[in-house]
Amino acid sequence: MNSFCKAWLGLVLAFLYLPILVMMVMAFNQSALYEFPFTFDLVWFKALISNERLLQASLNSVWIALANTVIATTLGTLAALAFARYEFRGKTLLQLLLLPPITIPWLIIGTAMLIFFFWSGIGRGLHAILLGHVALSLPYVIVVVGAQLKNYGPQLEEAAATLGASPVEAFWRVSLPLIAPGIAAAAAFAFAVSFDQFVISYFLAPPGISTLPVEIYTSIRKGFTPEINAISTIILFVSMGLMLLVARNYRFGGNRK
Amino acid sequence: MIISRRQRVLASLTAPAYLWLALTIFLPLSAMLYFSFLTVAPVGGRESSFTLAHYRAFFTKEVYWYNAWRSFELAFYVTTFCVVLAYPAAYALTHYIKGRWREALFLLVVLPFWSNALVRTFSWTMVLRGDVGLLFTYPAIVIGLVHAYLPYAILTIYVSLEAIEQSLTEAARSLGASPLAAFLRVTLPLSLPGVFAGAILIFVPVTGSFMEPRILGGKNAMMLGPIIENQFTAVFNWPLGAALSFIMLAIMLLMLAAGAPFFARYLRQG
Repeated sequence: MNSFCKAWLGLVLAFLYLPILVMMVMAFNQSALYEFPFTFDLVWFKALISNERLLQASLNSVWIALANTVIATTLGTLAALAFARYEFRGKTLLQLLLLPPITIPWLIIGTAMLIFFFWSGIGRGLHAILLGHVALSLPYVIVVVGAQLKNYGPQLEEAAATLGASPVEAFWRVSLPLIAPGIAAAAAFAFAVSFDQFVISYFLAPPGISTLPVEIYTSIRKGFTPEINAISTIILFVSMGLMLLVARNYRFGGNRK
Repeated sequence: MIISRRQRVLASLTAPAYLWLALTIFLPLSAMLYFSFLTVAPVGGRESSFTLAHYRAFFTKEVYWYNAWRSFELAFYVTTFCVVLAYPAAYALTHYIKGRWREALFLLVVLPFWSNALVRTFSWTMVLRGDVGLLFTYPAIVIGLVHAYLPYAILTIYVSLEAIEQSLTEAARSLGASPLAAFLRVTLPLSLPGVFAGAILIFVPVTGSFMEPRILGGKNAMMLGPIIENQFTAVFNWPLGAALSFIMLAIMLLMLAAGAPFFARYLRQG
């Protein structure tokens, strides 16, 4: 059983990484038709620099992801504080309301947003995409920060209050530094959720405006473009690098060793 | 009515997040439900009236119910493959690999999950094209989706396997159970909550997938997800798209409700 399971795990890992590696190799291959023999060339990365549409879409994606990170982390941390520090009527209901954004398929959420935003006059565009991304990130932030808050009861804040600190001061100088790793992890999650989000952006992007995933999807549907391999390789390094950083500094569940 | 300080604090902590969710999730879903009963979308000054025609269309026109069936069938295949592939891998991680190696391999398993789903789907077109000859076939859709959701299954099964006390299996063994019997009668039943949790987390989004079938499936992409997408991006029949979306949600909820007692029983045991 031992060696069978280990070999199985090896195969599963190979399955997970095989296509990613093939794509990365192709990004460095000179042939536009993915032909062998493999000739190392940075031609597709150079082509990226002159691709205005992709550059603009990348900028849009980064700005939306950054704005999303700030907004979702702030609003989510506030809500997580309420859940961790107070018992109140309707608390369970509020927590249950976090389920729809993460369990209903994005196709349905995205088209529902399209209908409502169009109908109500909010319209489509980068602002609409940001509205949607924050909604998808909030549940993750609330859960991750909440898990961190569970490790520290209200006792420390109470001690600070006895020593004369105001509630705001107690939070700012005692609790916040303690839950900072959780907040940082939540922020990284929020960034990743937004930066990788395709479906919602796809429905909320009007013609002429796009985010990176939307632009990539359009290119794929139009036909093969080897530049997509190059930009995809960059994206994978960015998001996986971000997650490695989180994993190094934050153990999920909060028990740091 | 006097609003206490406590209530003010609570409201100011929770209101921003929940007002945002109301505007972006709950109002849109309500608007969608409303639209699904209209003859045409009431935008651009068009007159619309109440109708059940879109819901009726689902049950009377083969193209809708048959392709809905295809979506659920696909989700069933993908979920099954994910669980079968994930279980031995998660078992290896929890039982045969220790310390830093376990941490590193676990990280490797969940890492792709945090990378762009679209890019990962696209990467399969590199592998399946040409002589492999699988691109734009039904198996290509299954492979791409299994690849996308496998980490979910490994993660949930890993968590439930790790929570099982090793002493329980040892007790079974000392009472004369063979390793296989100990696994089948102790470890496996106790890990089922993780299996179910993973299955649900995979089944629901796969049913609603449209990007993976479109990129990998070519003509085989005809399913409920892509059909719904079409109503919003090509045909512009929003009320029909809305009705089909709610039918999809309703079927998912029914399946969850049917599975819930089973699930709850194992949760109580665990």
